[in-house]
Amino acid sequence: MSQLVQGNEACARAAIASGCRFFAGYPITPSSEIGESMARLLPDVGGVFVQMEDEIASLGAVLGASLGGARALTATSGPGFTLMQEHIGYAALAEIPCVVVDVMRGGPSTGLPTRPSQGDVMQARWGTHGDHPVVALAPYSSAEVFELTSRAFALSERLRVPALVLYDEVIGHLRERVDIADVPLARGERPRPSVGPAAYEAYAPGPDLVPPLADFGRGYRFHVTGLTHDERGKPTDDPAIVGALHRRLQEKVVRARDDVVSVATVALEDAEVAIVAYGVAARAAERAVSDARARGLRAGLFRPRTLWPFPDAELRGLASRVRALVVAEMNLGQLLLEVERVAAGRTHVEPCLRADGTPLTPEDIGTAIGEVIGAAV
Amino acid sequence: MTAKALAAATGIDYREHLRLPMMPHILCPGCGHGIVLKALLRAIRSLDLDWDRLAFVAGIGCSSRLVGYIDGCTLHTTHGRALTFATGLKLARPDLTVVVITGDGDGLAIGGNHLIHAARRDVDLACLLLNNETYGMTGGQVAPTTVPGSVSTTTPRGATEPPFDACALVTAAGASFVARGATSLPLELDTLIAAAIAHRGFSFVEIESDCPEYFGRYNRLGRAPEMLQQQRRRFDEVDETLAAKRFVGAPPHAGVPRLRTGVLHERKT
Ligand code: SF4
Repeated sequence: MSQLVQGNEACARAAIASGCRFFAGYPITPSSEIGESMARLLPDVGGVFVQMEDEIASLGAVLGASLGGARALTATSGPGFTLMQEHIGYAALAEIPCVVVDVMRGGPSTGLPTRPSQGDVMQARWGTHGDHPVVALAPYSSAEVFELTSRAFALSERLRVPALVLYDEVIGHLRERVDIADVPLARGERPRPSVGPAAYEAYAPGPDLVPPLADFGRGYRFHVTGLTHDERGKPTDDPAIVGALHRRLQEKVVRARDDVVSVATVALEDAEVAIVAYGVAARAAERAVSDARARGLRAGLFRPRTLWPFPDAELRGLASRVRALVVAEMNLGQLLLEVERVAAGRTHVEPCLRADGTPLTPEDIGTAIGEVIGAAV
Repeated sequence: MTAKALAAATGIDYREHLRLPMMPHILCPGCGHGIVLKALLRAIRSLDLDWDRLAFVAGIGCSSRLVGYIDGCTLHTTHGRALTFATGLKLARPDLTVVVITGDGDGLAIGGNHLIHAARRDVDLACLLLNNETYGMTGGQVAPTTVPGSVSTTTPRGATEPPFDACALVTAAGASFVARGATSLPLELDTLIAAAIAHRGFSFVEIESDCPEYFGRYNRLGRAPEMLQQQRRRFDEVDETLAAKRFVGAPPHAGVPRLRTGVLHERKT
């Protein structure tokens, strides 16, 4: 049975359906409906909702709950996402599963609280200091918010990484018909120790490079720290151990890459021009593709549903087939940098950018398509 | 005294509860924090708690490093944020007893907002704030509890800002158990920590501790034993002859009103 579901509400419902039983957050437009929905839904399933004093505290509480064994979520927007960077780094190094949803609004600073943007793409990747792995997913509809939130939980638990879900204000507030029962739920469990408490080392990796994680208070005693540590969690600055840890943290995501990276495409088979777009910009891009096709222009859409790790391999193949890639995003060129890196001169890369608090339109993208085709002909 | 003889004399073998592979510890000789760690272990023993249902959460700083040496579920978090992790852990796992260790910089400066909100929420956590009036880990800078006049690396001409009264602060914020203890009164410390852990609700114990390495050295307070003696004079429990004197302790604490130790505030829930 399909219902009208708002993007932010879909996020909360997906979290509950994925076994999330803890939410800590701080009110911020345009993400507040996620916390409000969790406050309504969690008590009925035996979960806990707490409104914290700020976003740093919110993610701290989420990480504490996660170590206790709960699947835990927080949600925010740009300014709060900035504060959360401290604990995103902690979660990456201490390898604590958590899901962070960032409903993007105009920035920097307080910026445009009620207006959409896609300005947090690079913050999601590099916002916290040091090298660290990050998984970031980018849904473009209410149904996909549901699907990818569930996927974020599965990946975060399985890989012991912070998993981010990034979408703009329009997707967060859009109400669309969704048949929730039809949306697939992703499965992914945190690896559990196969040895007893005496032999357990909290940072000794399994074959997939992910260390099994015991819950606090269930017989396993171990140390968790944000200091660089050895396999027992003991702080160290031994270059061999430090170097190996940093490489393993990256490598565990690289190894799981094929399960993490997801791309949707439209009409790319014979495309001369491919649009690269995500979130609400991809909705405009879909329309721009059909409009272009109606005019006889062979356009297609490459839509990363995973922003980080970036779908290098998928885009590289495409870059050698098309005359141009049009990168349509609502910022002054963030994913553009990744597209240029991967295209590496194989094809022309045309920016189609908007950073004025309004969504990109099919016309904006159509104009860019016309220009690159005109220039190429 | 050998470890065995010490165990026989005190009734507790500390090694049972210490994470020996983590040794040697990072504390300087004479650091007051070791006294607190031992008092904490004795307090837990007196309560006969299940070690598998205990968790220790700390922030950043010398005091916060204590948790790593305890053989339990230990969580060394980010600077000032221990109480946020502890709140999440306790709410998700009410079956656990959660002890938080923080310092004056960690708990009152960078973590001050989390402290007052934890007190207001009155979540069942036991928070020990080790106050040595300085940032020891970073080399002895001024802290929110530093007594005016004290020399630190960032107040080379003496501190000028008034300090926090941590106990009054958390009482006003809503904590249901507030106490003050001191490393110079170690046996009282056992009782205060045990009472804080046993209390249901947010309990807070400010523990006066000493940093001989920086605060002591910069303020010419002598080494650890001299500092302990001077510290003792700052409390009501000093003997009458000393209390009769017009000043309390050595500079920079001379002239500072004496502090009271013991349970300062308790609201049963
Ligand atoms: S610097 Fe001060 S507080 Fe830190 S371990 Fe040394 S004596 Fe203790």
